[in-house]
Amino acid sequence: MKIGVVTFPGSLDDVDAQRAVGLGGNEAVALWHGDHDLRGVDAIILPGGFSYGDYLRCGALSRFSPVMTEVIAAAERGMPVLGICNGFQVLCESHLLPGALIRNDHRKFVCRDQRLRIENNRTPWTSAYAEGAEVTIVLKNGEGGFVADEATLDRLEGEGQVLARYLGDNPNGSLRGIAGVTNARGNVVGLMPHPEHAVEDLTGPGTDGLGFFTSLTEGLVESAFA
Amino acid sequence: MSRVVVDVMPKPEILDPQGKAVLGALPRLGFAGVTDVRQGKRFELEFAGEVTEAVLAEVHEMAETLLSNPVIEYFTVHIEGADQGVVPA
Repeated sequence: MKIGVVTFPGSLDDVDAQRAVGLGGNEAVALWHGDHDLRGVDAIILPGGFSYGDYLRCGALSRFSPVMTEVIAAAERGMPVLGICNGFQVLCESHLLPGALIRNDHRKFVCRDQRLRIENNRTPWTSAYAEGAEVTIVLKNGEGGFVADEATLDRLEGEGQVLARYLGDNPNGSLRGIAGVTNARGNVVGLMPHPEHAVEDLTGPGTDGLGFFTSLTEGLVESAFA
Repeated sequence: MSRVVVDVMPKPEILDPQGKAVLGALPRLGFAGVTDVRQGKRFELEFAGEVTEAVLAEVHEMAETLLSNPVIEYFTVHIEGADQGVVPA
């Protein structure tokens, strides 16, 4: 399967994400922010980094780049889309995902191996995990505090849209310890930690992140569009 | 030439870590008595002609679409120098 990885000006982890896609057994296709072209991919990853220099708000300018018009249309048709860190911010700014990400409550950049619990393994990006699986994945962000109003938070928890939650100390002030969410349909997923940095034993804390790249299979993608 | 100003602020219920940092710095500099600080953004938009109702409506659209994120921020619009003050959002 072909998984597109978008490069924005200021993207940082696009190449790592492409590599992780390959390790997960799929073909990575480089997509460019300035093109109205998804090059026939079956799924899309928006990688981490500082797209458009984080000017205005993280993800606010990327959301209006030409490729995002196509990404939003594809997501609304059911195509699986994964936003990692800055990609998660772009998805929130696009209103494909609820809530927003604000500066860490302690105001410092956080970079550490983070324990997480996978709460929803029914998305095309998390089906390789057992429900409630506890994993360690790299977290690195300055603006990773997930916020939404109380009614939205209740709805996310009630509808099973909380994808993953931080274990142990809350690393960035995210409300209810939320590390990742999914849309109601389940095809669009945002995650603040970086699974693409936890796919090989040689680097990073282990291979717990690999599941995000092995979950996608033909059957899952077909059912996502159904 | 006329200028329309859009002020964007974090919603009251949203944590403002930058404002908190400024609040913490003030007493260290000897400024006493400030009980809270909220930090926002100010946009100054220049127009060649007069600011009509249509222009103001468009500024509101800009503010809603790009200048602010309605999930975490609110905004106000006013014409600089105008007596009427803030144009309701």
